[in-house]
Order: sequence, then structure tokens, then C-alpha cells
Amino acid sequence: MSTKNLKLLSDPINLNNPITVQVLGICSALAVTVKLEPAVVLSISVLFVLAFANVIISVLRNTIPSRIRIIVQLVVIAALVILVDQVLKAYSYEVSKQLSVFVGLIITNCIIMGRLEAFALGNKPWPSFLDGVGNSAGYAIILIIIAFFRELLGSGTLWGIQVIPDSFYEMGYTNNGFMILPPMALIVVAIIIWVQRSKSRELIEAN
Amino acid sequence: MDTNGNLYTFIYSTVMVIVVATALSFTALKLQPLQEMNVKNEKMQNILTSVRVESTAETANDVFAKYITKSFVVNSKGEEVQGVAAFDINLKQMYKKDAGERELPLYEATLADGTKKIIIPLTGKGLWGPIWGYVALESDMNTVFGAVFDHKGETPGLGADINASWFEEPFTGKTIYEDGKLIGIRVHKGGKGAAIAAGDTEHGVDAISGGTITSKALEAMVLDCLSNYKIYLENNKK
Repeated sequence: MSTKNLKLLSDPINLNNPITVQVLGICSALAVTVKLEPAVVLSISVLFVLAFANVIISVLRNTIPSRIRIIVQLVVIAALVILVDQVLKAYSYEVSKQLSVFVGLIITNCIIMGRLEAFALGNKPWPSFLDGVGNSAGYAIILIIIAFFRELLGSGTLWGIQVIPDSFYEMGYTNNGFMILPPMALIVVAIIIWVQRSKSRELIEAN
Repeated sequence: MDTNGNLYTFIYSTVMVIVVATALSFTALKLQPLQEMNVKNEKMQNILTSVRVESTAETANDVFAKYITKSFVVNSKGEEVQGVAAFDINLKQMYKKDAGERELPLYEATLADGTKKIIIPLTGKGLWGPIWGYVALESDMNTVFGAVFDHKGETPGLGADINASWFEEPFTGKTIYEDGKLIGIRVHKGGKGAAIAAGDTEHGVDAISGGTITSKALEAMVLDCLSNYKIYLENNKK
């Protein structure tokens, strides 16, 4: 794999992260990060939809009339999402129940349209595929970090398993109910952005 | 070729819509029988879980036939209605009718130890969408033997936990009558141990922290649905 292609995968994970640098997909970062499990499941679904939508749009890119390109993108995304939903309902009913509303939420995830518009429309299928995988991985990492802290501090569990020992509770420790509420997701995102920018100073704007 | 011409744009969008619509409807039709079977199996599994019988999607049919010895329909006066299949009743539609006209499904389970439990299906509205469940009663028609709940789209990690065993298990052993009056099961806000803190160990369980609206909706659902069966329960208690 060439350095250029490798960069497509690694850039969105850190220096061009869709959530912390491009500030896309904040809505789902806030909605599904109360627990680790739904965050991981949604990340995998986004990976699937984004990688394939990128490839499809990239294959069609020279035929799409530019006036209706947004509509075409939306149709491709929605069709993929519905397809995933139907197949899951038939063959993997348990998973489809867990995902419930999130599957629909993928359609409105701004990262997907953002990548189709910014990358897939102007690049070949293989780089587009890598760009899709890279961006959803960058999205997944942030989602998992947020969910880790919110579940740990808010519920005292990880992946539904209690990790904070009972003796802590007996000594007067209580779960922070505030972590479960949506605003804390934004505050955790802000802390991640802060840490990231103090480590990678090139991200800091001149003014 | 001019991809920005009006004619091209029209043809392009028409073809796109037809292709996508055909592909999606074909998939939906092909998968429908499987999806319906999943829903049916899940209903059987839910009913079985309420009497604490384990089953998987594959075995649900056989296990259901073995343990659920009777399924029947009663009206609001507690009389049995003939000629209606309890399993096929759409509870949500049924509850849209007036209380007097409802045909209410009931299931009787005979467990391995020979005891009989009566299972009452529940349906109601949660915070974001429908919630439903099954409550199994002992033959005194008062003590809860087991309960199972589920939901369409409650908040994950919060209200969605009504289908978690830590929420369902405390229902066992609670009673739905207080001083001869039907009160259902009370849900107490305030985290773990709230029901005990409120001194309500006979009729109360803990609500879900952060999922109060769903918990309260569930409390209302249990009482509303049980009320329909009130006369039947009182006529048949042992």
C-alpha cells in the first residue's frame, strides 16, 4: 500500500479526525455513548455504510448530474441503510433489536455525506474505500473513548459488567448521574479536543 | 456527454429511483417470511421467559407447545370468548377499542413441577415509542411469578434497560393487590434500593436512574392492562 493510501487511513484517526477536527457527527457521539456496547455496534454499522457508499458514489462519480448530486448521495446512503436493516431483521434479529433506532440515525450522520461530497465525488473507488474506512475508524475511536468514560463514571460498569468494586460504594462513592446526561458527552469531546491539540500543535489556529 | 442537461438529469433520477425501489422492495418481499418468523419466535420466547423457561429462537416453537398448555381469550367481564386465537391478537389494536368490547388474550403455563401460572400480556406507551411485556401470576392471581418487558426505541442505556434482567427480576414475589385494591407494581425513583428506602417491599421495585419517564410509563402500563383482567382475576383466584 502506498504512503498516500496509508495516509488516507491514518489521517482521519488523528490529525483530520471527523469528530474532533472536522466537527462532524457530534449528534450521534452524544446520543449513543451512554454505554460502550451501542457505541461499538453503531461504529461498525457506520463503517459498513460509509465504506460502501463511498465506493458506490466513486464508481458513479462521472455520471452523476452535479445539480442533483446531493439527492443521489442521499438515495445511495438511505438504500444501503435500509438494506442493512432488512438483512439484520431477517438473519440477525438480536443485533437488529440492539441497533433499533441507530440504523435510521446513520442516514442523518453528517460524516457520511461529508465524505461523499468531499472525497468520493473526486476520487477513484479504492482510495474512496480507504477514506471511508479511515474516517469511520476515526469516528469509532472517539465514540469508544467517550462511551468508556461515560459508562465507567456514570454507571460504574463497562460493557454492562460492574468494574467498580462494591467496597468503593460502601466507602461512600456514588456514580455520577450527570455523566449519563447528553451535555457530558460534549464536555468529554471538548476534553479530548483539548488533549489532542496540546499534543498536536499544528491543529491550533494562528489567531 | 452533457451530464448537466435537463433531459439527462430527468432520466438519471428516474432510472435511479426505479432501480433502488426495485432492489429494496425485492429484498423486503424476499425477507418478509423470515422476519415474521423472527417476530413470532420472539413473542413465544418472551412469553416463556415470563415463567422463567429458557428457550432459543430455534427451540421456541417446541418449548412453547410443551409448557403453554392453554391459550384463551376473555372479555372484560371475565367470561371466556370462544373462537378467537389468543396468540394472533394484536394487543395494541385491541386496546384502541372501548374497554367493554376488548377481547383479552391469556396464556396458562404448566411448569415442570406441575404448578400452573397465568400469563397476562401488556402493552403501553414509553417515552419514544411502544413498550410491551408479559406478567406471570401465581394461581392466587396476586403474586407475580415473573415479568418480562421490551421496547421499540427507548433511550439506550437508560429507559432501554427495562428489558434487562436486573430490572425485571425484582418483580418476582411482589403482589399486585394492596388491601383488596388492584394497584399493580409501583416503580420508585432514586436509584438502587429506592423501593426499600420508601418502605414498599411488597408492591415496589426500583426505577431506572435517568429513565424515569420510561419507568413511570411501565408502571402505568402494568396497572392499566391488569385492570382489564380484574374481574377474571378475582373470579379465578385460589
